[in-house]
Amino acid sequence: MTEREAAAAMTRRKLGPSLRGWFQDWLPRLVLGPSFLLVLIFVYGFNLWTLFLSFTSSKAFPTTNLIGFTNYMRLWDWTFETDPPSNWYTALVNMGLFGGLYIFFCLFLGLLLAILLDQKIRGEGILRPIYLYPLALSFIVTGTAWKLFLDPRIGLENALHDWGWKSFHFDWVVDPKMMIYCVAIAGIWQSSGFVMAMFLAGLRGVDGEILKAAQIDGASTYQTYRRIVIPIIRPVFFSALIVLAHMAIKSYDLVLSVTGKNPGGAAELPSTFMYSYTFTRNQMAIGSASAVIMLMTIAAIMVPYIYSETREQNR
Amino acid sequence: MSAADLVTSAPARRGPGHSRTTRIVIYGLLLLFALVYLVPLLVMVMTSLKPLDEVTGGNMFALPRHLTFAPWSVAWGEARIGVSDTRGISGYFFNSVKMVVPAVLISTLLGALNGYVLTKWSFPGHKLVFGMMLFACFIPFQSVIIPMAVILGMLGRVGVDLADLTGWSFGLGNATVNLVIVHVIYGLGFTTLFFRNYYAAFPSELIKAAMIDGASFFQIFRRILLPNSTPIIIVTVIYQFTNIWNDFLFGSTFAAGDTAPMTVALNNLVNTSTGVVEYNVNMAAAIIAAAPTLLVYVIAGRYFVRGLMAGAVKG
Repeated sequence: MTEREAAAAMTRRKLGPSLRGWFQDWLPRLVLGPSFLLVLIFVYGFNLWTLFLSFTSSKAFPTTNLIGFTNYMRLWDWTFETDPPSNWYTALVNMGLFGGLYIFFCLFLGLLLAILLDQKIRGEGILRPIYLYPLALSFIVTGTAWKLFLDPRIGLENALHDWGWKSFHFDWVVDPKMMIYCVAIAGIWQSSGFVMAMFLAGLRGVDGEILKAAQIDGASTYQTYRRIVIPIIRPVFFSALIVLAHMAIKSYDLVLSVTGKNPGGAAELPSTFMYSYTFTRNQMAIGSASAVIMLMTIAAIMVPYIYSETREQNR
Repeated sequence: MSAADLVTSAPARRGPGHSRTTRIVIYGLLLLFALVYLVPLLVMVMTSLKPLDEVTGGNMFALPRHLTFAPWSVAWGEARIGVSDTRGISGYFFNSVKMVVPAVLISTLLGALNGYVLTKWSFPGHKLVFGMMLFACFIPFQSVIIPMAVILGMLGRVGVDLADLTGWSFGLGNATVNLVIVHVIYGLGFTTLFFRNYYAAFPSELIKAAMIDGASFFQIFRRILLPNSTPIIIVTVIYQFTNIWNDFLFGSTFAAGDTAPMTVALNNLVNTSTGVVEYNVNMAAAIIAAAPTLLVYVIAGRYFVRGLMAGAVKG
């Protein structure tokens, strides 16, 4: 295209409200529009719909019969119903146990492995994928593997008995009180490699000059990490924490596969509670209320994070 | 290259100031963890290659004495899945393939277009639109699942009417089509995020020059952006493939019986409460379920890691 033609194209645009010009101007918005509309309806609209259902008396099917905060009040009462524990109480306690252990150990192991790998290691290219491959597996596969591994009859307990350690006892996966710890173990195994990758990326971004200066000043490796490196990579902690918290709240399939369909609701989490009340117990309104509480919890974590992220990109 | 260049261009790793003992401890820990991460996979593979009596009567760490591939063929073509009459997981495997291929292609293409608009054709309020789409990545799916079930039920009835009228349901009510719709919608946030972050770094001058030359919106996308998008396309495809293949919640809610995807079939196979538990068959099925994502991870693992880090660290 010659310069004259380009200039003509520019003037055409300036000339304004021809249909073609209007279309050209609006085309980007028309392209983005459908996606945004889908998200608007299927994410925001549906969330409002679920919020609405949580104020109704829906059982097996959705109804429009509003009953105020009754469902939330039932959940609130169940929160303190400890003897015998309500399913909601169990779900909340398990969420605290599972979420706490999962987040803590993923961060701890992730940071430990990242620091160890960062010590001029030979064979890093082989080790790193080994720590990371569980991430490619679905929670159903992870759960299936760990269910076998932890099964006292054929798994770890049996193997150690076979090797002569007769008193070894490990039956958490069939003990209702301990099941949730097995879910945590499988979850940590699955996700800690991912956290390792995040920390490693953070560590590789730390300026070598600062570390050299610390070394010259006589700081030990431990002091360097404790005082300099870890404070610098603090944003990575934050990112990892967000991702892990969000995964812990959503996780559903891991519970089912590790415990074998969550017998007796012993490994109940809010996610499994929501599903069973909605789809098997015909208490859709209660299920919706619990889903809304899950959404609120995630929003409380995500909204400030997204806000700060988009602000950062402004600078 | 000068000495200063060598120092600054070297990755930020700690100096060689470790004693011999420290290095032994570091390598020891790294190898120990590598073993911990590998053992469940090794146990899975070994279990799948043993006859059942060797699994139930022997040590899970022992190598197979009578190597057999029978569990694999049983899992693939004969095993009974839950209460269904279908034999073997092969059909479910192809259900997942039929679901994952269109869902990945559509969501990736839409993500690319969205990212292109949001970075190169931005309009007032684009930040809000992006923020809203970003938040969509992190909602707990429990909070949209009831409305989704209602809408998909309605679409199914429309499909039946259409089939009565025209002889073709246009795919409405088909479980695979339903899952493609669901995965495309709830994948849009992530695909848009990936492409937006990638295109944000793409020089806008090139786009402006092309605009002056009279290139249209789609010409610029096709001729300039797409040819330069290979890395991010690979990242997005891998990410979406893994996520959609590994999904369980949507699959188990919106596809029943013979139309279920692989993860649901695996869960049904493993958690069948009747008869003898065929651990070797279960493990073979689990490996088959994990094979596609593991394969993708092995072939393109470096992109996979980079993509996850870009997505998670950058938010």
